[in-house]
Amino acid sequence: MNNPRSNAIHLHDLTLGYDRHPAVHHLDGCFKAGSLTAIIGPNGAGKSTLLKALAGTLRPLSGSLSIPSHDRRIAYLPQSAEIDRDFPISVEDLVAMGLWRKTGPFGTVARQDRAAIGHALDSVGLAGFEDRIVGTLSGGQMQRVLFARLMLQDAEIILIDEPFAAIDTKTVQDLMQLVRHWHGEGRTILAVLHDMNVVSEFFPDCLMIAREPVAWGKTSDVLTPAHLAKARAMIEANDPHADFCERAA
Amino acid sequence: MVMTTLYDLVIGPFVEFAFMRRALVGAVALSLGAGPIGVFLMLRRMSLVGDAMAHAILPGAALGYLIAGLSLGFMTAGGLIAGFVVALLAGLVTRVTVLKEDAALASFYLISLAGGVVLVSLRGSNVDLLHVLFGSVLALDDPTLLLLAATATISLVALAVLYRPLVLECVDSLFLRTVSRSGGATHLGFLALVVLNLVAGFHALGTLLSVGLMMLPAFAARFWSTTLEGMMMCATGIGILSSAIGIMLSYHLSTPTGPTIILTTGLIYLISLLIGLKNGLLLRLLPRKHLVG
Repeated sequence: MNNPRSNAIHLHDLTLGYDRHPAVHHLDGCFKAGSLTAIIGPNGAGKSTLLKALAGTLRPLSGSLSIPSHDRRIAYLPQSAEIDRDFPISVEDLVAMGLWRKTGPFGTVARQDRAAIGHALDSVGLAGFEDRIVGTLSGGQMQRVLFARLMLQDAEIILIDEPFAAIDTKTVQDLMQLVRHWHGEGRTILAVLHDMNVVSEFFPDCLMIAREPVAWGKTSDVLTPAHLAKARAMIEANDPHADFCERAA
Repeated sequence: MVMTTLYDLVIGPFVEFAFMRRALVGAVALSLGAGPIGVFLMLRRMSLVGDAMAHAILPGAALGYLIAGLSLGFMTAGGLIAGFVVALLAGLVTRVTVLKEDAALASFYLISLAGGVVLVSLRGSNVDLLHVLFGSVLALDDPTLLLLAATATISLVALAVLYRPLVLECVDSLFLRTVSRSGGATHLGFLALVVLNLVAGFHALGTLLSVGLMMLPAFAARFWSTTLEGMMMCATGIGILSSAIGIMLSYHLSTPTGPTIILTTGLIYLISLLIGLKNGLLLRLLPRKHLVG
């Protein structure tokens, strides 16, 4: 947050994929420090793949990405399906995991940490939910809890993958206010979204991909009928007989 | 009159015979470590992993037996090595290839088991090996008791150390991967605890039945508590209780002790399934009024 240039996330001819088949092809560009960017595109466009690479859980097939190296403080909220909601853990304990960088595997959760947890739950509208078991929460409440955890991670870069799938409008509005607040604090935020109304209402910048980059820039410039039509025309299937890509870097 | 009968039934045998007290101490020590581990296995949907591991350990113990006869040290070391090797290989294959953990584990325990059976057949006599299969809880000597106590101590300390990463690995392993590199180590450490407890358990209960004292109390505990801490305490308590009852029953009924302990645990599990206060079957049948909010 001190030096905007060096804090930007740069993508250099980045190709990501699985088993050598690209899911994101030759992506070049930069997420500026402190920017709030929506990543949009059809299913299978490579949006989640891009976030995985930024979060460091997927290695690029080629090209590179550079993330501000001083202490990679990245918070990543994947699609909610990855969490085991049958595990008997309380809301407070789940949110407390956001303090991992502070507590580590063995450190104690101090009294001021408990206050921070309470404050985070308050911010997402779940004050008093500390002792609830996560299995008893509704889908919207669960997403609020995960945003509270995200908040405690206090990260400079926040990656959110489809946070509002099957979430009601009220919750979306509440959580987007929180995202806007984080944006105001100078954090860099990338969110994968499908709701174009939310994108144009809250996000200044937008990246549209459909396995290939379609458009990247101001949201109003990206969300044009021409771009949307191009994204829709994307070919989703891999070509099993595809040749090696020779496109120059 | 009633008091004396009760005394003769419940306490008398333990006061009278040292081997009964030793059996009780050994089984209680086992329950202390195995209870919480069983709860984690159950919650991670790894209930059958204990069973697979028990099979994987068998050849190691058999090899120890072939080398040195009924030697506590050799059989324990053999079991531990076989268990750790299978856990490590399975973990490696899971992380590096497309095979999921259950497939990787099954593949290596089957190889290990088949190898074990061939090894044993080379030696001819396998009568003494009944000890490995079914244990001898009424013949626990000092070194074996020490092994059981040490296992309980190591398990509880290690669980306390691993607790946070382990819970996080269970609930949200992807999150753990983004904040720390300890996921793999945590998982392997946990599997090592499973192996250690099963190896210690086979001296008392045999390789296969020691899984029973690990898993059945955990399943029963699910019907008495909804929190992780509650389930772990409950599982340990049920393990201890069924050990005591099982040893006592086997004394009076002249049945083999190991299986009687596990049958008692099984009975407590079935009762919990029926009348457990948290999602027990009977609760479903009772007409209960719902709350206001």
